[in-house]
Amino acid sequence: MNDQQLWLIPALPLAGFLINGLFGKKFPNILVSIIAVASVLGSFAWVLKTLGALGDLEHAHVEHYLTWIQSGPVNIGVDLAVDRLTAVMLLVVTGIGSLIHIYAVGYMSHEGGYYRFFAYLNLFMFFMLTLVMGANFLLLFVGWEGVGLCSYLLIGFYILKKSAGDAAKKAFVVNRVGDFGFSLAMFLIMVQFGSLDFQKVFEAVKPLPVDQTPGILTAIALLLFVGAAGKSAQVPLYVWLPDAMEGPTPVSALIHAATMVTAGVYMTARAAVIFQHSPLAMDVVATVGLITAVMAATIGLTQYDIKKVFAYSTVSQLGYMFIACGVGAFSAGIYHVVTHAFFKALLFLGAGSVIHALSGEQDLRHMGGLAKKIPITFAVLACAWVAIAGVPPFAGFFSKDEILLAAHHHAPWMYWVGVITAGMTAFYVSRAMFMCFFGSYRGHHHPHESPFVMWGPLAVLAVLSLAGGWYFKVPHYLEPVFPVAEGHHDETLVYISVAAGVIGIGLAALMYLIKPGLPDTISGALGPIYKLVYNKYFVDEVYDATIVNPMVAGSRGVLWRIFDAGIIDGIVNGTAVVARTVGGGLRLLQSGNIRSYAAWVTLGCVVVLLALGVMSGGVK
Amino acid sequence: MNLLNLVLVLPLAGFLLTMILPKNNASLIRLFSLVLSLAIFVLSLGLTSPFFQSGNGNWFVTDVPWIQSPEIRYHVGVDGLSIWLVILSTLLTPISILVSWKHIDKRVKEFHAFMLLLEFGLIGVFVAWDLFLFYVFWEVCLVPMYFLIGVWGHERRIYAAVKFFLYTMAGSVLMLAAMIYLYNKANTFDYTNLVDLIQRGRLSFTGLEQMLLFLAFFLAFAIKVPLFPLHTWLPDAHVEAPTAGSIMLAAVMLKMGTYSIVRFCLPLFPQAARECAPWIVILALIGIVYGALVALVQPNMKKLVAYSSVSHLGFVILGTFSFNQAGLDGAVYQMLNHGISTGALFMLVGFMYERTHTLEIKDYGGVSTPAPWLSTVFLITTLASIGLPTLNNFIGEFLVLQGSAYVSITWTAIAALGVILSACYMLWLYQRAFMGETNEHLKGHMHDINPRELAAAIPLLILMVWMGTYTKTFLPSISAANARILEQSKAGIEMKVDAQNNKTARLNQSAPTGDQPNVR
Repeated sequence: MNDQQLWLIPALPLAGFLINGLFGKKFPNILVSIIAVASVLGSFAWVLKTLGALGDLEHAHVEHYLTWIQSGPVNIGVDLAVDRLTAVMLLVVTGIGSLIHIYAVGYMSHEGGYYRFFAYLNLFMFFMLTLVMGANFLLLFVGWEGVGLCSYLLIGFYILKKSAGDAAKKAFVVNRVGDFGFSLAMFLIMVQFGSLDFQKVFEAVKPLPVDQTPGILTAIALLLFVGAAGKSAQVPLYVWLPDAMEGPTPVSALIHAATMVTAGVYMTARAAVIFQHSPLAMDVVATVGLITAVMAATIGLTQYDIKKVFAYSTVSQLGYMFIACGVGAFSAGIYHVVTHAFFKALLFLGAGSVIHALSGEQDLRHMGGLAKKIPITFAVLACAWVAIAGVPPFAGFFSKDEILLAAHHHAPWMYWVGVITAGMTAFYVSRAMFMCFFGSYRGHHHPHESPFVMWGPLAVLAVLSLAGGWYFKVPHYLEPVFPVAEGHHDETLVYISVAAGVIGIGLAALMYLIKPGLPDTISGALGPIYKLVYNKYFVDEVYDATIVNPMVAGSRGVLWRIFDAGIIDGIVNGTAVVARTVGGGLRLLQSGNIRSYAAWVTLGCVVVLLALGVMSGGVK
Repeated sequence: MNLLNLVLVLPLAGFLLTMILPKNNASLIRLFSLVLSLAIFVLSLGLTSPFFQSGNGNWFVTDVPWIQSPEIRYHVGVDGLSIWLVILSTLLTPISILVSWKHIDKRVKEFHAFMLLLEFGLIGVFVAWDLFLFYVFWEVCLVPMYFLIGVWGHERRIYAAVKFFLYTMAGSVLMLAAMIYLYNKANTFDYTNLVDLIQRGRLSFTGLEQMLLFLAFFLAFAIKVPLFPLHTWLPDAHVEAPTAGSIMLAAVMLKMGTYSIVRFCLPLFPQAARECAPWIVILALIGIVYGALVALVQPNMKKLVAYSSVSHLGFVILGTFSFNQAGLDGAVYQMLNHGISTGALFMLVGFMYERTHTLEIKDYGGVSTPAPWLSTVFLITTLASIGLPTLNNFIGEFLVLQGSAYVSITWTAIAALGVILSACYMLWLYQRAFMGETNEHLKGHMHDINPRELAAAIPLLILMVWMGTYTKTFLPSISAANARILEQSKAGIEMKVDAQNNKTARLNQSAPTGDQPNVR
């Protein structure tokens, strides 16, 4: 069955990375772009070819290449697999990835480090594809850590900016905290099931009865979710994602909106069998998702940096996806991964186009009235707008609908919180749109429309945002992987959630178009609450004060200066006072005459031998 | 004379020959020792060939009497445990010589003579099968390193050298005493004989006897590792040592300790080793977290890397004392990994020192702008060191943590904290030294990596990727040797150990098993 050459899918971007990374510095930009874009397009083409050849994919297609690690009971293969879940992810990753690569050719054309950017972007594709194709937990983890590395490199891409370096490091370290959970889960799986292969593990878990599941499965599921929460920016580990916007905008679109941050959702869905065996873990997933969705949405209401608004929006939407997973509607979660990839990539790339047009301006307060100046950008962003706001029949409507219905089936209060969040979502996106494109221009730059290489991909994404939800019936396609959750399609519930979106848009219109003074009045009236939300609940400050600073200060003050240098070395140096006299003597031996050194070495040996002879009863 | 003897004798011959070379012809001495050490490296590669045919057994064995009474034999050989450490020694010696090409300009002759003597001692330690012979090599290593630090080191070199010497001597004296006791009891220094006697029950100790012997050996090795809280000689030795000294010290000499624990402590004193295991593991865990936390706040780059070694070597000890295949394999793999990535880190820090004559992190900043390739090499090494998958350290850490998880998931969780922290201190170092605006007084000094330096770095970079992706080259032979040692370490131990180790195996019987995963 080793006949589809699945390895080519990740290998092509890897080749692009190696070529551009090693020699790109000497290449002209055009050659760098051709290599980078062609490698990803080639990968996309190979995905299409493979999926065509594999037919309906009722069962996973696995290819084994080599044994990676073999030690006692630990046997890890380099095995790639494609099933329907992976197929969906592959299409999203390579499809959106191709579009964003093309867009970046235009966006990055004036930036230094052009080859470096594309090398990292290609490397990201390699790891992301490994992540979704790996047939065991460890290979998934390879991709998982690898995309984290690329995220680190690309957030810190503007190496001269200290804030970029800080953000990059924060992203990596916070993700490491998540990976801590993920890796512990893997070790437990290995101890418990003797393998990390998805097939073997899940087959072993499936027959276990849910009501008497050993606690170990709950532990595994919760630890896996710690990993997912790190990668997919859930409370309390979401803090790195807003800062990650320091990276170039195509990176924000590809890595921090469309693909990498959804890896946690993918992993949860992949391990669905384990999660389903632990009602407790499922509740935790849903609750954390819900808290994240609400909390991030409230912060999104108040931000002025256009990318920050969309970043908090991403956190919030990822929360939605985990609500879906937590209530057992894994296919709805993946559905939202797909539609979100369309409209959020578009939002970010569109925002990039705005920023590009304004020569780097990101503050919404310095925008306004751009609809006439950059009409194409406005038109495509409008498509993303209606999609995320849940207006039927556009992409976001379908997936959000699935999630909310599933949530209602699980617990009606979750539905209602979800509906309120949907209203807030519609509000903050509309707010950003009104502040950016309506009213009069408040900035000082001369806006210019982006070139075709940039708006071309945007147009494709716009079409996907409009029609993608209706056209790609993801939950239906995923039925062999995730049996459809029971429950009926309640029309009323759909109307309510749509109404919430419309109300959100209407409120934004009222506040930012009709009565522009209203936002200030409201924020003034809310006073401290507004401040709390505007400052993101001071979560970063709390983390610094309770974890980071005590750790650094304690390590420096107590562990190093007192314990290491004071106590241990104090004891040693006490001995050394005696030794220093000896050392003085030894220094005399250091004559620089090599023969005398050699003589000492020999003499030392002889002395030891003699001593030995004496102790063992003399030389016979 | 078989290949192993040749590989062992050539550095000694080189040491003697270097001494008679004309003192003032520095280039000749450099060239001679480089070519010789490269030749030794190439020859030593030949030693690996039997391990690709069958991972098992001792190879290139020579066993002849050396001293009649007490009976000391020249008994040397390599097995899967030692072969890669021998290669590590023969690889890092020419690299260290290449690194010192410009850096060492006084007493060139003595420097290179000591490098070759050190290589001789290191190889000897790893191939000796006679306890006394082992001890001789152990002490031979001490002398050149003492002088490398004391003569070619920085300002506080004498303090550091004496500290290094005394720490190590304190341990080895105890070890010698234990060896002699062992000889009096068994009437042999021969390792294989001793193990054989113990396995067949012909040689047995009382509980106290065994415990004291174990502790005497273990202490000597633990100082060398170094195991918390015996580590404070290490930061000083590293900071004061010249680059080549730091590389050899970190990459190979520390492995004398970890190697010897696996080689001697486990098979010779199995009960005592298992009894002490929980306590030793606690020290290892403290070392992992403590070393990482202290590394985090170091203002000096070499000290930072030195403390990170304390953390990394805690993993080796943890894996060793998990007493199972995965843990032990991971421990040995991690010995090699640490040699490569930490050796590379000290090398790169040395390159930076040669340019700026400072090791303080705050004196750097923005190095990546004037020296992009140096930064790239440093970044890859950093990533290897923090255990990024597809690079070498990941494999070792994974196996060690997995091995410990079979015993206690709490151990694993604590050790995994070290993995988080390693990202903190290394990436923070990278950010402060390499990112941001270029520090004013670096301008004009901070040129990019040159071809000689690149030639020294590339073999290590290749190994990082190789060992991280294609473990088949190294792991099977290591595994085979470890399986034997594990078997030996069960002598006189009741079956409860087996029961614990085979927990997984039993669970597997209900689930579908099979050696080959998936469909092919």
